[in-house]
Amino acid sequence: MYVAVKGGETAILNSYELLAAERRGDQDTPELTLAQIKGQMRLALARVMQEGSLYDEELAALALKQASGDATEAVFLLRAFRTTLPRLGYSLPLDTAAMRVRRRVSGTFKDVPGGQVLGPTPDYTQRLLDFTLAATGNAPKPMLAEQPLPDVLPCVLDVLGSEGLIEPERPADGDPAPKDLTREPLMFPADRATRLQNLARGDEGYLLGLAYSTQRGYAESHPFAGEIRMGEVAVTVCPEELGFEIEIGEITLTECQMINQFAGSNTAPPQFTRGYGLSFGEGERKAMAMALVDRSLRASELGEDIHAPAQQQEFVLYHTDSVEASGFVQHLKLPHYVDFQAELSLIRTLRKQFDTQQRDEA
Amino acid sequence: MTPILSVRQVAKRYGQRYGCREVSFDLYPGEVLCIVGESGSGKSTLLSTLAGKLAADEGEVTFRDVNGTEHDLLTLAEADRRRLARTEWGFVTQHARDGLRMNVSAGANVSERLMALGQRHYGELRATAGEWLEKVEISAERLDDRPSQFSGGMQQRLQIARNLVTKPRLVFMDEPTGGLDVSVQARFLDLLRRLVHETGIAVIMVTHDLGVARLLAHRTLVMQQGRVVEAGLTDQILDDPQHPYTQLLVSSILQA
Amino acid sequence: MNIEYNYGFLDENTKRMLRRGLLKAVAIPGYQVPFGSREMPLPYGWGTGGIQVTASIIGSDDTLKVIDQGADDTTNAVNIRRFFGRVAEVATTEKTSEATVIQTRHRIPETALKSGQIMVFQVPEPEPLRTLEASEVETRQLHAHQEYGLMHVKLYEDIARYGHIATSYDYPVMVNGRYLTSPSPIPKFDNPKLHQSPALLLFGAGREKRLYAIPPYTDVESLAFDDHPFDVQTWDSHCALCGSTESYLDEIITDDAGSRMFVCSDTDYCATHQQEAKQ
Repeated sequence: MYVAVKGGETAILNSYELLAAERRGDQDTPELTLAQIKGQMRLALARVMQEGSLYDEELAALALKQASGDATEAVFLLRAFRTTLPRLGYSLPLDTAAMRVRRRVSGTFKDVPGGQVLGPTPDYTQRLLDFTLAATGNAPKPMLAEQPLPDVLPCVLDVLGSEGLIEPERPADGDPAPKDLTREPLMFPADRATRLQNLARGDEGYLLGLAYSTQRGYAESHPFAGEIRMGEVAVTVCPEELGFEIEIGEITLTECQMINQFAGSNTAPPQFTRGYGLSFGEGERKAMAMALVDRSLRASELGEDIHAPAQQQEFVLYHTDSVEASGFVQHLKLPHYVDFQAELSLIRTLRKQFDTQQRDEA
Repeated sequence: MTPILSVRQVAKRYGQRYGCREVSFDLYPGEVLCIVGESGSGKSTLLSTLAGKLAADEGEVTFRDVNGTEHDLLTLAEADRRRLARTEWGFVTQHARDGLRMNVSAGANVSERLMALGQRHYGELRATAGEWLEKVEISAERLDDRPSQFSGGMQQRLQIARNLVTKPRLVFMDEPTGGLDVSVQARFLDLLRRLVHETGIAVIMVTHDLGVARLLAHRTLVMQQGRVVEAGLTDQILDDPQHPYTQLLVSSILQA
Repeated sequence: MNIEYNYGFLDENTKRMLRRGLLKAVAIPGYQVPFGSREMPLPYGWGTGGIQVTASIIGSDDTLKVIDQGADDTTNAVNIRRFFGRVAEVATTEKTSEATVIQTRHRIPETALKSGQIMVFQVPEPEPLRTLEASEVETRQLHAHQEYGLMHVKLYEDIARYGHIATSYDYPVMVNGRYLTSPSPIPKFDNPKLHQSPALLLFGAGREKRLYAIPPYTDVESLAFDDHPFDVQTWDSHCALCGSTESYLDEIITDDAGSRMFVCSDTDYCATHQQEAKQ
């Protein structure tokens, strides 16, 4: 006689142990430490912190270790922790113009005030597998420049701004505080601050694909990388009870300002317009993709024809979140016996009708 | 008789520029009014403004519903506007694909408005839809076919059926013959004239074709650069145009 | 690092925000209330909405039942019950009649619900019009103006093509004569249980960030045509375990040759029935 399967709970508990054993791998190999992940996997760390919306290298390293290096799963772990944290206050807007720059490049002018600064980029490494890394070894000591970089590097876009050739960056009417998307639902139409917040949390791969589509004709896009800068920026808070600003530390950021041609409209003169991207850590690919998508999402505000996926707010913003997407795609492996049973009998009915019809026609 | 629609000094602006301005007229039940003019004359802007698809910037538009209640269309709540659009109005677009659901059957297209009004008997819906297909000279056997399988002329006739099935009192039409071949136009216009006469609906139709106006319209407004330059009985306007622009329009069709 | 989680996992302000949303949902039956859905330690699509609703209303004197596909012992149900056992120290049960709060995915128990009970539904897609209209801006307009022609067009097309309405689960309902509502992906077999239910029915969609409710004793009508009335699934066979002819049956494949049998999807109902038969 048939007996329904029981024991789901035991199976779940056993799966935990198996997972832990697979994570650890070969016991003869030394276990990964969080310090190693933090110190040597800084770009993976940056992505997890960025999409996890939490700047905490220790926790991000833990999440990556627990997730066996799966960035999307690590983002999920970090987010689920973040949601339990009390909101003690909000920091003041970051001043990226005052960034202690370690890298700054522009694709628009051959030379820019302060110069082009390559910094620690893999851009010109020729991508040959470096077999010396297979053996452990110490990295060469980098050479110091003869002169340190100035404390503050002027922003490239300000050059165009002084000529009035690029739209000024103005807050919305009344300068409203941005909504917190982790506390309030996304509603449409979404203002730019909300959109940027959504994109900042969005999956890098998804944004990269969308950004790429805008370059291949699926939007009016004529972008130039006006400025990309990476370095350290101070985080400042102003507790209400104290009434003065306190610097609480520094974080590493990558900022991208894209410049796009704009032919003008009934109300606005021909000028360059902006797309903006910002990412924790060294997140250059993410910041650039975000800037392109930010610009394409401004289509309706600039009176451009909306015909491409990357211009459609609902399409773009509803599908950026890797935690939402991963959960919903993977929920298909949950039991659907009941609905499948309903569909099964429906298909049987339809099939019977079809077969009868075929017979009658024959 | 009281007018079904009274329009007074209506204007619509795009930024600093006027799309249409200082438009006034009355429309009576059962009357067909054509708005003619070249593209950019403001006629489509005026139609969209009257139908509530664009918000007017100046003026007054009063609609009198079947119970005689007056509605100020420029201040009407969106919910009321939609209710009137479902019950008292129709809107026929130039391109049938903008006015039809292309991915569902002709029967569903015709039944949609009836269902929106609460009809819930499938057999009756189907029977009514079949009757209306025949009325617009489409075989009732095509009831389960999708509009994408129809010719352009059939699609446009289907759009007429979809709108008239609930017996609206006022139908807006935006260049309904614009996308049709000349050979198909004549049959379509004949059908339209017959249906308008049978149902007694009032029609406001935008067209660039004075021939269409001559065939259908009791009265005609001629628009140029956003303003009405001449208005009156269609025959009078076509036979004895007063405004130089109208004279130009009339002479151009005579030559053609 | 050692972290203490709040009772019910969510902090008290979040629970209050959720309860406010639920009150609004109860006040406007069937209306989808947007809410600041939190990120939960469970994947989206796996019941994050239901869990948040349960977390916001549960207390230590409650008795919780969690089912998935009608069964208490499917992995996801076990996992959610374990979660609440861990963060809310709540008594749990498999008996429908003993539960004060029942969280469910895809079924309503066969045992009739009572006044005072609360059902919490996990909802993947709260918008019944979504497959017909992708834009949320547009569907909100359609609800606001009660313009549901689109849904009727879909039902009309089903009959024109198949001779009957070809929706077998997540079958759209009209709540209190006003809002077109998704009953969540329950089989249409369960739809009649929504009508005039003595229990409070709460719906949570975490990923889509919406709450809605059907208060006790509310009219819930499954859409249909006068000449094609709503009907529910029926089976030629009865439950192979308890013999019930009234419950929703799952088909079980018992060997490689494709032999199959039918058993109740509601495990508590089936067990109770078997027990009664023995006595």
